[in-house]
Amino acid sequence: MQTLPPAAHQIESARSSKRWVWIVLLGIALVVVIIPLPFFVSSPTHRTYRIEAKTFEYTPATLYANPGDTVTVEIVSTDVVHGFMLDGHDVNVTAEPGQTARVTFTADHAGVFRFRCPVACGQLHPFMTGKFQVGPNLLLYRAGALGLLAVASALWILR
Amino acid sequence: MDTPLKFRLDLTGLPAFRWLLRARWPQFAARAVTLAGFIFTILAGLFGSPVGSHNFAILFVWIAWWTALKVFFIPLGGRSWCSICPIPMAGEWMQQGWLVKPNGKKGFGLNKPWPKGLRNAWLQAGAFLAIGLFSAVTLTTPTVTGWVFLGLIVAAIALAVVYERRSFCQYVCPMGGFIGWYSRISPVELRIKDRAVCNAHLDKTCFTGCADGAGCPWGTLPPALRANNSCGLCLECVRTCPKNNVVFNLRPFAGDLDPAARAPRKFDEAGLGIVLLGCVLSFSAVFQGTWGALKTAAFHVGSPAWFLYAACFLAATLGLLPGLFAAAVWAGKQLSGSTLPMKKALTHTAYALLPLGFCAWLGFTLSFSLAKFAYVWPVLSDPMGWGWNLFGTAAWAWKPYLPALTPILVAATLIGGLLWSGRSVLSTARETLPAKAAARMALPVMVFGLAFVLVELWILI
Repeated sequence: MQTLPPAAHQIESARSSKRWVWIVLLGIALVVVIIPLPFFVSSPTHRTYRIEAKTFEYTPATLYANPGDTVTVEIVSTDVVHGFMLDGHDVNVTAEPGQTARVTFTADHAGVFRFRCPVACGQLHPFMTGKFQVGPNLLLYRAGALGLLAVASALWILR
Repeated sequence: MDTPLKFRLDLTGLPAFRWLLRARWPQFAARAVTLAGFIFTILAGLFGSPVGSHNFAILFVWIAWWTALKVFFIPLGGRSWCSICPIPMAGEWMQQGWLVKPNGKKGFGLNKPWPKGLRNAWLQAGAFLAIGLFSAVTLTTPTVTGWVFLGLIVAAIALAVVYERRSFCQYVCPMGGFIGWYSRISPVELRIKDRAVCNAHLDKTCFTGCADGAGCPWGTLPPALRANNSCGLCLECVRTCPKNNVVFNLRPFAGDLDPAARAPRKFDEAGLGIVLLGCVLSFSAVFQGTWGALKTAAFHVGSPAWFLYAACFLAATLGLLPGLFAAAVWAGKQLSGSTLPMKKALTHTAYALLPLGFCAWLGFTLSFSLAKFAYVWPVLSDPMGWGWNLFGTAAWAWKPYLPALTPILVAATLIGGLLWSGRSVLSTARETLPAKAAARMALPVMVFGLAFVLVELWILI
């Protein structure tokens, strides 16, 4: 077997160790992305939210539920016709001014879903949104952890 | 001796590609199409439906074009949009006396040089801040979009009559500033092939013009071209170089950030980059945040709430964010013992954050464009909102596309930007410091980048 001269040997060793660092970092990143995180889940319950809708704004704008909860949303429009359309769910209801519209559904998937006004209600109508959070915002936590890992790994490589 | 540049592939080595670049008709045809779209946008804005989501001016400019710019034009083609932008066409026609190719006629105009004090990116930064101040109105109200576009074309003509070359594009156009700053990340570049050939060619027809075409409308001497922001890809130098020494290269992404490219780093451009970083946070909060009061304040221009919004917007983009950035750079200097002057350190580091800024704009755009894209089909059939149904799509119901995938794409884009900039911050620090000190210099800037990404993620997903 041919013996490498010391300099080339050191270069090869450094390359190999760098490769290992990348493999380890990639492994940690994969774990951060796919590992199921334990979080407290209470038994399914029924939640009712009363949302006031007026031009470009829902109050409250963020709703919370646990996976499996049954959720009733009562939507009251205080100016023009608004609505409540929930991403990822078959939920779409329209509220006439002064009248209460009601919709009940099951929060069957965990995650954060936008709800939007489906009725053209003014210039900023396309941006009239709110958030419906089912369980913890795992995507935000995972992304944050990946960000931390990115910073840590960059420094580790140059340590 | 110069460090050799990383991989470059000369696409002009392909005869068909060289023909495409030298021929005037393909580019003119593309510009004619964009000019028609531009004029139609103005007409739709001024005379079409006042409802933004039913009007071509809003949907095609602020949803379709704005998305295409960040998904396609900039990341793949740098200033490729500037290559076919219709805004300077009329002014250039008057300046040069020809529209498609030189015909011996002379144009008119005072041909004054752009004022020395304004030869920087501050005007463009200011123009982009103005867009931010009035964004909630401009981006949603068709008549305002129509007037803004009309104003842009009038300003471009007026400046072309008074000042030489494309002064408007280079120093005034807010989108020119945005595209120019981020064009550095693209995997293509127009450069010279052999410096010795340029040195030996005394006529410099690429700069002065000749019977084959105009001198560089951007006032750039191709041998001195080291960064994409100084080249509008108008391709005149490809046509006027008698030596075939101007080439169009494929290169690694962000080739201008590679120290070997020796691209100039200027404080005013760095300032523009930090302003754009602040603007994307503000845009995200106004359009994708769930704070109705903020949207209402941003929309009601002239109201007390709007003045409060304007004060907060300016304080955040000109004070808070640049202040935090400067604090991070200062902390890095203290930790590393870097002797680089503070102004230089700020400038160098701002360039390194360019990929993060671009990815933040891309993430912000993705966060709404997939949800809003379904508005485009009805408007295609009824662009003025007058009840037409040209292609049978007027009644297509609006439904957000891929709502489950959107937050994942946004998160991946932002984290990708953080990684990319992290690498760039480290390699920039390595230009002046040994490895360990470079890591200490980079650490606070990376924490700044991480905090920026976390805030953006919190708003968008």
